[in-house]
This record gives sequence, C-alpha cells and structure tokens, in this order.
Amino acid sequence: MTDTRQRSFEDNDQKPMGFGRMLRKEDPRFVRGRGRYTDDVQLPGMLHLAILRSPFAHARIVSVDTSAAAALPEVKAVITGADLAGLGLAWMPTLSGDVQAVLATDKVRFQGQEVAFVVATDRYVARDALELIDVEYDVLDPVIDVRQALAEGAPLIRDDLDGKTDNHCFDWETGDAGATAAVFAKADVVVSQDLVYPRVHPAPMETCGSVADFDPVEGRLKLWSTTQAPHAHRTLYAMVAGIPEHKIQVISPDLGGGFGNKVPIYPGYVCSIVGSIVTGKPVKWMEDRSENLISTGFARDYIMRGEIAATRDGKILAIRTNVLADHGAFNGTAAPVKYPAGFFGVFTGSYDIEAAYCSMTAVYTNKAPGGVAYACSFRITEAVYLVERIVDCLAYELDMDPAALRLKNFIQPDQFPYMSKTGWEYDSGDYEPTMRLAMELAGYDELRKEQAEKRTRGELMGIGISFFTEAVGAGPRKHMDILGLGMADGCELRVHPTGKAVVRLSVQTQGQGHETTFAQIIAEEIGIAPADIDVVHGDTDNTPFGLGTYGSRSTPVSGAAAALVARKVRDKARLIASSMLEVSVADLEWEKGSFHVKGDPGTAVTIQDIAMRAHGAGDLPEGLEGGLEAQICYNPSNLTYPHGAYICVVDVDPGTAVVKVRRFIAVDDCGTRINPMIIEGQVHGGLTDGVGMALMEMISFDEDGNCLGASLMDYLIPTALEVPDWETGFTVTPSPHHPIGAKGVGESATVGSPPAIVNAVVDALKPYGVRHADMPLTPSRVWDAMRGTAQPPI
Amino acid sequence: MQVPAPFEYARATTVDEAVALMGRFGDTARLIAGGHSLLPMMKLRLANFDYLIDINDLHGELGFIAVEPGVVRIGALTRHRELLDSAELAGVFPIFRDAERVIADPVVRNRGTLGGSLCQADPSEDLSAVCTTLDASCVIRGPLGTRTVSMAEFHRGPYETAVADGEILTEVRFPVRERGGSAYAKVERRAGDWAVVSAGSAVWLDDGGRIADARVGLAAVGPNTTGIPEISATLRGEEPSEQVFTRAGEIAARSCEPATDQRGSAEYKRHLAAELTVRTLRTAVARAARGEA
Amino acid sequence: MQVTMIVNGDEVTREIEGRLLLVHFLRDVLSLTGTHWGCDTSNCGTCVVWLDGEPVKSCTVLAAMAGGHEVRTVEGLAVDGKLDPVQEGFIQCHGLQCGFCTPGMLMTARALLDRNPDPSEGEIREAISGQICRCTGYATIVRSVRWAAVNAAPEVTS
Repeated sequence: MTDTRQRSFEDNDQKPMGFGRMLRKEDPRFVRGRGRYTDDVQLPGMLHLAILRSPFAHARIVSVDTSAAAALPEVKAVITGADLAGLGLAWMPTLSGDVQAVLATDKVRFQGQEVAFVVATDRYVARDALELIDVEYDVLDPVIDVRQALAEGAPLIRDDLDGKTDNHCFDWETGDAGATAAVFAKADVVVSQDLVYPRVHPAPMETCGSVADFDPVEGRLKLWSTTQAPHAHRTLYAMVAGIPEHKIQVISPDLGGGFGNKVPIYPGYVCSIVGSIVTGKPVKWMEDRSENLISTGFARDYIMRGEIAATRDGKILAIRTNVLADHGAFNGTAAPVKYPAGFFGVFTGSYDIEAAYCSMTAVYTNKAPGGVAYACSFRITEAVYLVERIVDCLAYELDMDPAALRLKNFIQPDQFPYMSKTGWEYDSGDYEPTMRLAMELAGYDELRKEQAEKRTRGELMGIGISFFTEAVGAGPRKHMDILGLGMADGCELRVHPTGKAVVRLSVQTQGQGHETTFAQIIAEEIGIAPADIDVVHGDTDNTPFGLGTYGSRSTPVSGAAAALVARKVRDKARLIASSMLEVSVADLEWEKGSFHVKGDPGTAVTIQDIAMRAHGAGDLPEGLEGGLEAQICYNPSNLTYPHGAYICVVDVDPGTAVVKVRRFIAVDDCGTRINPMIIEGQVHGGLTDGVGMALMEMISFDEDGNCLGASLMDYLIPTALEVPDWETGFTVTPSPHHPIGAKGVGESATVGSPPAIVNAVVDALKPYGVRHADMPLTPSRVWDAMRGTAQPPI
Repeated sequence: MQVPAPFEYARATTVDEAVALMGRFGDTARLIAGGHSLLPMMKLRLANFDYLIDINDLHGELGFIAVEPGVVRIGALTRHRELLDSAELAGVFPIFRDAERVIADPVVRNRGTLGGSLCQADPSEDLSAVCTTLDASCVIRGPLGTRTVSMAEFHRGPYETAVADGEILTEVRFPVRERGGSAYAKVERRAGDWAVVSAGSAVWLDDGGRIADARVGLAAVGPNTTGIPEISATLRGEEPSEQVFTRAGEIAARSCEPATDQRGSAEYKRHLAAELTVRTLRTAVARAARGEA
Repeated sequence: MQVTMIVNGDEVTREIEGRLLLVHFLRDVLSLTGTHWGCDTSNCGTCVVWLDGEPVKSCTVLAAMAGGHEVRTVEGLAVDGKLDPVQEGFIQCHGLQCGFCTPGMLMTARALLDRNPDPSEGEIREAISGQICRCTGYATIVRSVRWAAVNAAPEVTS
C-alpha cells in the first residue's frame, strides 16, 4: 500500500460539519449483518410465491392445468392469466406507456415470461408446485434477430395491440438532417463505423422481490419491495389495482444494489399483491438469479451506425447516426415520456460541432422487455460509446493522436451555457484541464513511448481515451415526466427542540450513501452535525412525494431540495434569532451553526438555541408560527452536465488474445463534491461495470430465443482479479443552477469507461490494422479481430 | 432462490458404509461431497435423486496426499485447497499447483474434491485434464471389491464415468518417473470460469536432456479431456526446442474436436490448443531441466 | 430429520427437511439474515459463512451436512459488541456500498487474515475472487482488508 492511501485512512477520521470526507452513517449496521433487505422481512403467517415462466420465446398458450398443484395441501392459491383477466389485472402499463402482461393470457412473448403463480406455506413447496402445473403451448416462430423484425412476413409479436400489423415500436429523430447532410457533403474526411452495444444486465447482487400485506378490513396495502422509486410505484399501483393511493404504503428497505434494474414495476410485484388479496395473508416473492437475468430490465441492445465528418487537420464538423433499437417484447423502457430514446440525443458529446442528426427505429422482438438500466443515465451510455468510439475511428483515419484530436475539438469554457446541435443546454464545463490532468496522472507521453518500444518487440499494449459529458438530474417538469408524473422531488426538514433533526427524502439509496451525504448537505446549510441528523427515505408513508433514485438524479434534484429546505429553515431561524438577540435581521451574521450580531461574534445564538426557542415558552416574533421545520418540492431548472476524462491501459497477449486491464485513470468533474470518499466509491463501481461490459458481459440468445446468459455461471461479472487498482482524480466545475453547485456522479463511470477500454484494446491491435472491435472483447472475439474475421456479436 | 426437490439425506461415516448405502439405494442415490456441481443441477431440477449420501465424514479415510516411491496416491475426498497447498505434491507434480490456482475460486476450492471433479466428468474440468496428463489411474470400490481403471477408461463420455451404481471412487494414483516436469495453463474469460481451453503437459528427460517421454492433456476441446498419444510419439527422443514444441502444438490443434460456444469459436479453441500445448511443454521442460520435477 | 450444529458458539437443534440449504436454515429458521444469497450456482459468494473455520458457500451446503459441525456467520464476527478489525476496516475504507456482498466478504477476509496476517494486494484479490461486488470495484475492499491487517487487535484475531 502506498503512502497516499495510508494518509487517506487518517482523513477518514474527520467529521466535517458539512462537505468533506466522512465515514458512512449506514455502515455500522451493514458490517454487523443488520441491514434489512426485502427477503429479510418475515411476517407472521407469511406465504411464499413462486412464478411459472415460459420456456419458449414465442408460443400460444393452449391450456393451463393447475389442478395438481392446487391439490398440494401446502398450496393456498394458484393463479393464471385467465384468473387475472377476470379481475382486469392481466395487463399493466409499462413506464413507457405500452402495456405488459402480468401473467400471459394469449401468448408468451419472451422466454421467462410470467405464466402463472403459486402461493404456498413454504418457499420450497411453492417451487415444487410449479412442476405440477401443466401448460400446453403451441410454439410459434420467434423474432430474435432485430434486423429481421421488420422484414416482410416476420411473425407478429404484438397482436394484442389493436391494428398492429408489424413489429415496429417507434421511430425517433433529433437534430437537423439537412444541415448535417450539407456539412458531410463538404467535409474533407468522412468516417463511418457500425457499432453494437450488446444487451447487458445490471444484475444487482440482490434480485428483485416484494412482500405484500393486504389488510382486507382496512383495505390497506403495505408493500415492501425492491424499488428505486417507491412513490412512483405507489401511484401506479393505485392506478392499476384500484386501491386508493392513501391506503397504499410502499416501503423500499435496504436495497442490495439497483443500477436501474429496480425502477420498473415487474409482474412479480403485482402477483404478490394479488396473492395477498386472494389469500388474506402476507405474501413474499423473491426472484431467483435466473429469473432476474431473463425477465427483468436489461440495458442497451442498440445497433448503431456512426458517421463523423471532419477537416483533414482534425476539426470535427458533424456527427450522424442511425440506430436500430431492440426493445424486447414490451416497451418497458423507463424514460421520460418525451424521450423514447432516453437522453441519447447528447451523442454529440463534448465537442463543438456544426451539425448533428440521429434517426432511430425501435422494434419489438421476442426478448425480455426493458432497455434503460445498468447505470445508463437514460441511454447516455450508448451515446457516449458512439461518439467516443467514432472519434477514435477518426483519429485512426487521420493518423492523429486521440488525445490531441479531442483537445482540438472541445467546447470551450466561454461557450457555456452551451446549446448543443441536438438542443441540450450544457450548464457548465471546463474540459481541457480535466483532460490534461488525466494525461498527467497517466503519464500519457511516457505510455506512448513505452507502447512504441513494445510494438517493435511484437508486444501488444493499448492506450484508450474516453472523454464524456453526461446529462443527469431529470428533470425540469415542463419537459420531463414519467407516465404523467413530473420529475420533481420533495424534501422535509424538521429540527427537534433539542436541535437534532430529521430530513425526509423522496429518493431512495441503493448503496449510494444517502443517509450520509444528505445529512452532510443539511449540516453544510444549517450547521447541525451529520451525526445529529436522521435521514428517512424509502417509505411512502413517511417521506414526501418524488420520483426516486435513477439516472444519477438524487444529488441534482433531491440534493438541491435538501439544500433549499435547509435554507428555508435557516431563514426562519434567522427571524427567531433576531428576536432572541434583539437586533434586526439585517444586523445578523450567519456562521455555520449560529447567528451572531455583526461585529460582535460573542453575542450569538446557536441553531440548537433557536430550535428550543422555536418550540419553547415565550413569544416568537410577530406572525411567526412555532416549530422549526420546512418542506419543499424542487423542480430543477435544467439537467446537470458532469464530465470526465478516462484513460485505460491494456496489455493483450498476442498468443491467446487475452486482455488485461493494467491501469485505469479516471478524472471526474461532478461540480461541488459533497463527500469525496463516496464519490470515489461511485466511480470505482462504475469503472468495474465498464470492464464487465467491455470485456465479458452480454445477454445473448440462440436462434430459438433461449437466453444464454441465464445464470452467473454464464453471465460473467468482473471479480477482483479482472480490475486494476483504480487511479482517480478530479476537477471542480460547479453547476451554476444547482443550489450547492453539485452535479450527479453515480453513473459517470459506467457511462464513460466502456469506450476507454474498447479504445485501448483497439489501440493495442493497431499493428494488425484493426480500427474497430465490438464488445464484449472476450479472448475469442479479440483473436477474431486480430485475424480480420470479427463479426458483430448480434 | 432455486431449491432442490425433496430427497432423503443419509450420512456415511466409513467407505464400507457408503458402499453399502449405495448398494441399497442403487441409482436412486447419489454421493455428495463438495456439491458444487450436483446441487446446482438439482436446484434446476435437471437431476433428481431420492437419496443423497453425504460422504464428507470420509475425509479422514479418503482425504490424503501420499507421496511414495514411484507413485503418488491421492484420496478422492482430498479437497482442491489441500491439493493447492501441498508443497510436497507441488514438488513432484507442479502441474497441480498451476491447475488449482485457476480452478473455480478459493471458497469453492475449500469444499470441492478431487473425486467429485473426476466423477462429474465435465469435458471442461481441469483436474481431469491434469489426471490425463499424468497418466493417472482410478481406484474404484464396490460391493465386490476394488478395481483400478486408467483415465481413458474412467471417462466414458461427457458426464459419464466407469463408476457404476453402488461404487465409489476412492483414490487416484499417479506414477512418478525420474527427471520429470509438468505444467498447466488455462485460458478463461474470467477468473473462476470454466476453461475456454486448458492444457497440461508432463515431460520426462533422459540423461542427455532429450525428451524420454511426454504427455499432453487438454480440456474443453472435445467430449472428454483428452490425452494425445501422437504428441507423445512425436516428442519421444527429441531434443527439446521451440520447433519441437510447435510441432506438438500443431498436433494438438488438429487432434481435438472443439465446438463453437459462448466461450469461443472452434477455430480459436484449436489455436489455443496449440498455443497452450507449446507454453506448457516449454514450462514443463524447463522445470524438468531444473530438477523442479 | 433432526439436525444439531453450533452456530456462532451456540448449539442449535431443529427439525428440518433433508433438502434444506444451509443458507435458508440460517436465514429462515434461525433468522440470521446477515447471510445473503445472490445466485443459485455458487458463483456470487454473498452466502459465504464458515464451516469448521473455512469459508464455504452456504447456498451449496445442505443444512444437514453442517450437522455436528460448527458454523460462523457475520453475526458472530463481533466479540462482546466489539467489531472485528475487518468490520472496522470496511467502515474506515469505504469497503461497502449497498452492503449486500459485505457479510460474505467479511467472512472471507477474516479467514484470510487468520491464515495470512499480512496479505498483499494480490493475495487479497485472489482470496475474494469467488465473490462478486457490484458496487465498490473491489479497490476499497482490498484497502479495507489491508486496514484490518495493519490495525489487527491481537486478542480478536485468534
């Protein structure tokens, strides 16, 4: 261990009154095994639910015989799609306004689709009973290849939709086609490259599940579930199940990771509710790992053609792309309504260009629904991969250093706020220092020298760069909503008489450390120590409404709400302080945690004194109510645009084509840094995701639609041996519109790292004339690339 | 979570008791030691048994590494970790340490056994390739007594062995010859994954430093882990050199039958069969020459 | 069938089915929910506990197989309310985020340190390579284990 790390341990002992490195408040319970996750919930009389899933990708259901299963004494209910249809619950809306079957009634449309469920007294018997359900299927031809989905005569997947005659899901475009074509026509250099971002899966270590407890007397539903968005889920349950919203309590307890996998409403959650209503008992449903991988929200699955136009000396003029998007059997994308392709529109990246255009066609296939997950920032992952890969292809064609090419084309500091050619207003940025710092930390010039020397010996070393700009913190409610719910977030702060406080959030941690950072935000604003602030989240009965945690939105939206609600409390405290100190408000000065009389620091009252006065005896200033609390609903004025420069160094074994990530340097700029330790942790995790996607992770299917990544034996996730010791750095460009200048960071590294790794591998293979290779770069696929026989993975 | 179908659990405390129980229950029973292959299959309900006979208590009887003159005997219940940790075994057959470092993961290696690995008979399984490379023989005990079979006889096809119902693999024996060296190499997509291709080599040198005998065993390139007699024939009597190793590699590449799957294309696997044969022969010869075994 | 074993120092006897997995025995029967499960195939390692002093994946051990043996879980790591140095190390070095893999990581780390009190970064990475963490990227876990090695209190590392 190096000295710097030893020092960082000592830094951990600091207990900042506000921003700074601080140990996490939630950790003591987790290290003792006292986290409370959904599967840890045990209720008296609780029953267990198991779901029967389709073995086929596309088949008509002829009959379902549940009699043998129902005959088991431990089995309390067996429910089929037909049963749900009778209750009007066979279908539910998706977050994209499509519909998805809760249990299939007519057809199954992907392997793993829910067909029936069993509720039994024991989780083992519930599984046994599934074996006794006899389903007769009439197997249909599946549509697996996305390129074939729109072909003449392709089997129709969504015959449930009125008038639907093909597998077309939607078309979408952004930018200016004509202007872009004109720029391409006059450009010295045009480079075109086909790219695949394969289907991957967030696979949080905790699978999805729920415990539903319906009280028939009160008509009240209590639902513990693995959700990143408890409030949005509650509203949707109310709309779907017909239970009044005030009688539904959704609790999202500790989550074992989310990464977007726990944003959608899954049929299993609805089944557990139905199971509890039918049996009158609490019902628990927990997916096994296969169910998680084959049926819940996947990510990516974009086939892209990227085109870039530039001058001979490396000025990028325009970027154009055409995308074929696989949305699976139901459009379950969790994205703001006006953004069917999420925020893919930021594909112009960090570069100041003249024109851009994207056209996209999305199709249905016989695969699991989803599309927006795995820390993707609403498809910015795909966008950044596209632009950062195509820029490297341009560098290859121009025989230009990829760092120099990027430096030449950055949006300049004086151009912010910068309106991109696809209509995104970048709030702030200063890209060159970030890039220069990454190059300095990496020792970029020395690395290039080492590479040149190694190449003379036939050794394969690659250096890959990625520079990303993210757009996170959805979002302004005039533009952004999910199924009609505006993407604002509430926050409540209450200071108790003794000066301790409780803050209630509408967002939900899945490991990001909200219990710590939000206490730090409040501490920074009103000077109450983080240890004295309880952070409540993940319970709709006890927190204000808001849309939850995904798309790196907690800090940009809820973090702003927390800062502003604290300022509201501080404003009230100021009035009370002025009466306590008998001076006018204008004569008061705030110093974190207390007000004092200007020019007389000794005459002061602390926030604790004020809290007691607010609740205590004696008069308050005229017109002021007692208590010291406030609430707010924050509607962001814009997204925040964090950026970063990543450099990856790989070695490729020329004999086996095995890729080893030797070093990874990540410099992130997420504006004001609340807790650097937590930020660094977020970055580390995302970089590891990047290694996974770039080198090994892929959900693939055979021609019958069987999922080939249905267990963690087949769907590979990096271990400690595939990743290096991350090297991180930072710059700080505050957001001008966020109250504390912070930007989101949770997904930056997942978004930014895959292109750096792919660029590094492609760079290593340059002696073989390789300009591009698709993920995942498994040894076999790298070997194909070296031999010029590479095929796209789908 | 996936769970197995109901079965009766029984525990054997001696080999005789295990044989008796297996005799009584026949093909409705299965032995369980480490369980890392068996239980996942049972959870998927791809395999169902009425009885599982826990033989972990036999570790005292069947968990041993005995390095004797001319032979190394290893008990079937010897765990991966014990094979990895044994300096004495590595002194005779460094191939074990090479292989055990890349088999599954450390926690699985605490539980998994030599016998379980061989009896699973997965064509990608590394210890089977090691045993093939070292020309091991397997001691099988049944109600009628003990019999010994070669590795070639032991593995009858994917997931199929010479161990009959009512029998138990008790021991694996490895002949020890003078001036030997051995090595193992594996290409995997990720630590803990099954092999894309693995190769083991064992080489014995004569007094003049020529190759007296050599064996190569491959995993994941055919229905079984395979020894390739033609390589042995080609190498015998040769002066060790890169040219000779390359020739052996070419034989390995054309002698195997890999299939294209998620781990790689058949063509790539053939390439690896050659590449890893060369690499392991190189290491094995160097070890033999240094007297490292 | 009846099974008796020592769990975190206490003898427990329960009536169980032969097929009951150790992880469910701990979680559902004994309510020791600190041990998690994340896959069905012994790939993820969130279910790691000790069986007779060795880390094992409790989703791939039958409760019956633990009969007559000694099991230790994350709930048994702290002694008399005092955290084990690995627990403290994970707090100090941000070795956890969602906390789901943490109990298994802690059990493996403790076993490693018992065998090798001063492990290198490479040895730590090797030791935890059968366990997946989706949040931390492992570097902070490695630092956490190193912290425990450097700050080991001798009386609790026995």
